[in-house]
Amino acid sequence: MGETITFWVLAVLSVAAAFGLVFSRKAVYSALMLGMVMLSLAVLYAIQDAPFLAAVQIIVYTGAVMMLFLFVLMLVGVDSADSLVETIRGQRFWAAVAGLGFAVLLALGVGNVTFAAPTGMEAAVKEAGGNVPSLAQLLFTRYVFAFEVTSALLITAALGAMVLAHRERVRPKATQRELARARFIGPQPSPLPGPGTYALHNAIDMPALLPDGTVSPKSINRVLARHDTEDGVRPTDPEKAALIKQVIEKDIVVKEAPEQEDDR
Amino acid sequence: MTTHYLVLSALLFAIGAVGVLVRRNAIVVFMCVELMLNACNLAFVTFARQHGNLDGQIIAFFVMVVAAAEVVIGLAIIVMIFRTRRSASVDDANLLKY
Repeated sequence: MGETITFWVLAVLSVAAAFGLVFSRKAVYSALMLGMVMLSLAVLYAIQDAPFLAAVQIIVYTGAVMMLFLFVLMLVGVDSADSLVETIRGQRFWAAVAGLGFAVLLALGVGNVTFAAPTGMEAAVKEAGGNVPSLAQLLFTRYVFAFEVTSALLITAALGAMVLAHRERVRPKATQRELARARFIGPQPSPLPGPGTYALHNAIDMPALLPDGTVSPKSINRVLARHDTEDGVRPTDPEKAALIKQVIEKDIVVKEAPEQEDDR
Repeated sequence: MTTHYLVLSALLFAIGAVGVLVRRNAIVVFMCVELMLNACNLAFVTFARQHGNLDGQIIAFFVMVVAAAEVVIGLAIIVMIFRTRRSASVDDANLLKY
């Protein structure tokens, strides 16, 4: 009875999360949904007499693999939203039809089989005394060759990732002297002014005031201003709103200009 | 109960397949592949219990190892493509087409 309840709760949860993974526009939400599916599956493993796999699922998948996914998402840029333009006409429709047909086919095929009550793992794990010792026994006797090949695979994967992600430096690293020179040749030798603090506000998004009481455009935090503009939040002060608009437009002009190759 | 688990596994696999077909972001496509691998693992574990045989769990374990290696390499390739093309969309990596 307990297993049935657990199964139905987790099945609904994991299928909903899987749909969320496919349909959410933002990649980070997809990653979180995938983590949800993996955690549900870990619990499903645990109630199916596979405690070791449940632990490995949580440690390897939700721990390592999801971290890697999120790390690469941050590296590539979280706001690289998916384009909604279909490059192949009718692709979404036919993909949905194919997926539905596939699911129905598999479900019908499975549903047509009548299974006896599950044998359970008690007999299989009794000899070695537990799930983990039995798995270890199998892994280091019958599957020892596959295990060794796995180690070779892991080393190859680690080396491959290093080789692929490595970038040769094409020009020498900028010295401190060159950086200082570039800064003094540039438009702003001094640091940018910090944000202002008013009597009513103590926040990073408040611009600083110049001695004559006007707002200093250099003190507007561009990242926050961009987020505010995207979210449709406009400051109540019209002067500040106009300045933010100006700063954002300048940013867009800079972005549209051919961007120079950065040397990271 | 075995049928329930297998149908759930089939559903997750089909959803993952649809995601691979529909999504354009290479990282999300990768996540959908991971979802499919997880669905396969669920079927393996279910059959292991059905037959009272530990081999299914061992295979699921190996699938996890291979999936981890695959994620490392795949994400390294995505990062490399992103560096040269400034995009993680699978539509932009089309030079081999011509």
